[in-house]
Amino acid sequence: MSETATPDGEGDAGTNADARPDRGLRRNVELAGVGLTAAVAVGMLGFLLLYWAQDLPVASELYAAFRALGLGMDAAFGTNVFRHPIMWQSMAVGVLVGVVAPLVGSFLVHREMALIGETLAHTAFAGVAIGILVNASTGWDSSLLLVALGVAIAGALAVQWLTERTDAYGDVPIAIMLSGSFAVGTLIVSYGRGLTAINIEGYLFGNLAVVTAEGARLMGALSLLVVAGVALTYKQLLFITFDEQAARVAQLNVTGYNTLLVVMTAVVVVGAMQVLGVILVAAMLVVPVAAASQVARSFRETTYLGVIFGQLSVVGGFAVSIGLGLPSGGSIVVVAIAVYLASIAFSGFSVKAISAHG
Amino acid sequence: MTAIVGLDRVTFAYGDTVAVSDVSLTVEAGDFLGLVGPNGSGKTTLLHLMLGLHEPDEGSVELFGRPVDEFDDGGRIGYVSQQATSRGGAMPVTVRECVTMGRFAHAGRGRLSDADRAAVADAIETVGIGDLADRLVTELSGGQKQRAYIARALASDADLLALDEPTVGVDAESRDAFYALLDDLNDDGITIILIEHDIGVVTDRANRIACVNTELYHHGDTESFVESDALSEAYGATGQVVHHHH
Repeated sequence: MSETATPDGEGDAGTNADARPDRGLRRNVELAGVGLTAAVAVGMLGFLLLYWAQDLPVASELYAAFRALGLGMDAAFGTNVFRHPIMWQSMAVGVLVGVVAPLVGSFLVHREMALIGETLAHTAFAGVAIGILVNASTGWDSSLLLVALGVAIAGALAVQWLTERTDAYGDVPIAIMLSGSFAVGTLIVSYGRGLTAINIEGYLFGNLAVVTAEGARLMGALSLLVVAGVALTYKQLLFITFDEQAARVAQLNVTGYNTLLVVMTAVVVVGAMQVLGVILVAAMLVVPVAAASQVARSFRETTYLGVIFGQLSVVGGFAVSIGLGLPSGGSIVVVAIAVYLASIAFSGFSVKAISAHG
Repeated sequence: MTAIVGLDRVTFAYGDTVAVSDVSLTVEAGDFLGLVGPNGSGKTTLLHLMLGLHEPDEGSVELFGRPVDEFDDGGRIGYVSQQATSRGGAMPVTVRECVTMGRFAHAGRGRLSDADRAAVADAIETVGIGDLADRLVTELSGGQKQRAYIARALASDADLLALDEPTVGVDAESRDAFYALLDDLNDDGITIILIEHDIGVVTDRANRIACVNTELYHHGDTESFVESDALSEAYGATGQVVHHHH
């Protein structure tokens, strides 16, 4: 990447000569991790596209090849998982969540806005409840996730409006909004009980079976939007996260970028809700980033490591979930926390190593 | 002379509490203005008004000859807030990343150019922390942090440096070196506005003093400030003045 070294060097080659090769290795490992994650994510996007277009001439052959790969994997692992397209679409959602949640989370965590993800998840839950009620009482078949997305974005704008009018990110209005929207959601669910057979627990605790083809496609599209959004506004988001007042003085549109950040959070939360569940969704925004911040040597490295750790958590969580037949949400979060604890241990050791060398 | 900052009868209140009352002053290009006053006297608020971080309830503010709400050339101002230097947050940002932020106002939405990177490297060298460029800001001492923030301001090619109590928590030796750096920058033509609780430092360095306690008690050159009794009036009978003798 471009910022690795200044062209004219720093001059003091003596002290840095020992550190440089090590730093280069570390960087290459990270880039390989990010590259692998990106390849998996693109592969999953490709699957979603093929699954959608499987009846079209060219796509149908590629899709058949994909199914054959799944059967081969089942044979190799002795499982009964990869032959089912429905499992692939759940895994696709998981992998994409593992990319976009830590990406947005890098800014949320360091703005001390971690609670906002949790709040928007509960707002989205109210959205799901509203969607169920509307569908049941009108006979429409509107997408629950689209309703949840709309409600969560409205919630994000409300959070932004509230925080602009209180000092900093005051946690009292946020806490009221969190429990308030969940309360409304539970009331609507109770009111609508009997009208519908939809499994609300899937949305609460996360379940691979909750993921629909439409939900997976929505996640695919939203992931592309979020990755593009972060890539295009990385500089501005970094500046307002690090020093909001100085960013204001530099004439950045701080309110605009804050709003963009909470809206992207709402988008990620609605996507992640499918596999993680409302109650656990904030973990993917926070835990991989917290782990990355323990060991990262720059902010850019924090975002890379956050995505890598997020992906490890998702893949590991799926392995636990499939292997032991447990819910996906809890499995992913437990693995993420294991990664976090490991990074604390690692940073503890490396601090010792540095001080031993003086 | 060009006015960098112009305040005309500015009043600002937080709710019912008046923080700044009927203040008029101008900062000319090349000035080194010391902004002094007791704790809670509205110094920071006054600086925020100058930079457009607050909108005045009455009166008007001009920055570089334009009404402050129309001012859009953020690269001309380097600002080091109290919050920036005292924050103990664990955000892992390197010195180079921090200083690079100074170029963001210039780069806009585009990518950073080689010229931007060269300006960053220059700024880091100018403040003498070239060997710390890849270290995390959170790992630096107070004095080194200050230099990183000043480098950020320099990287933006600012003509105005606004510093809010930059040496809180910085040891005496680093503080002297830091103020020597400010002197050099001022000699190079950069206008400086400095909030500082240590009156001795300000009277040693600044060529203009504004002494405030909600109202403006003195605004003029440093000699007339030292001779006047603006200080004791502003601080009142109960106020405690920090003197720093050389």
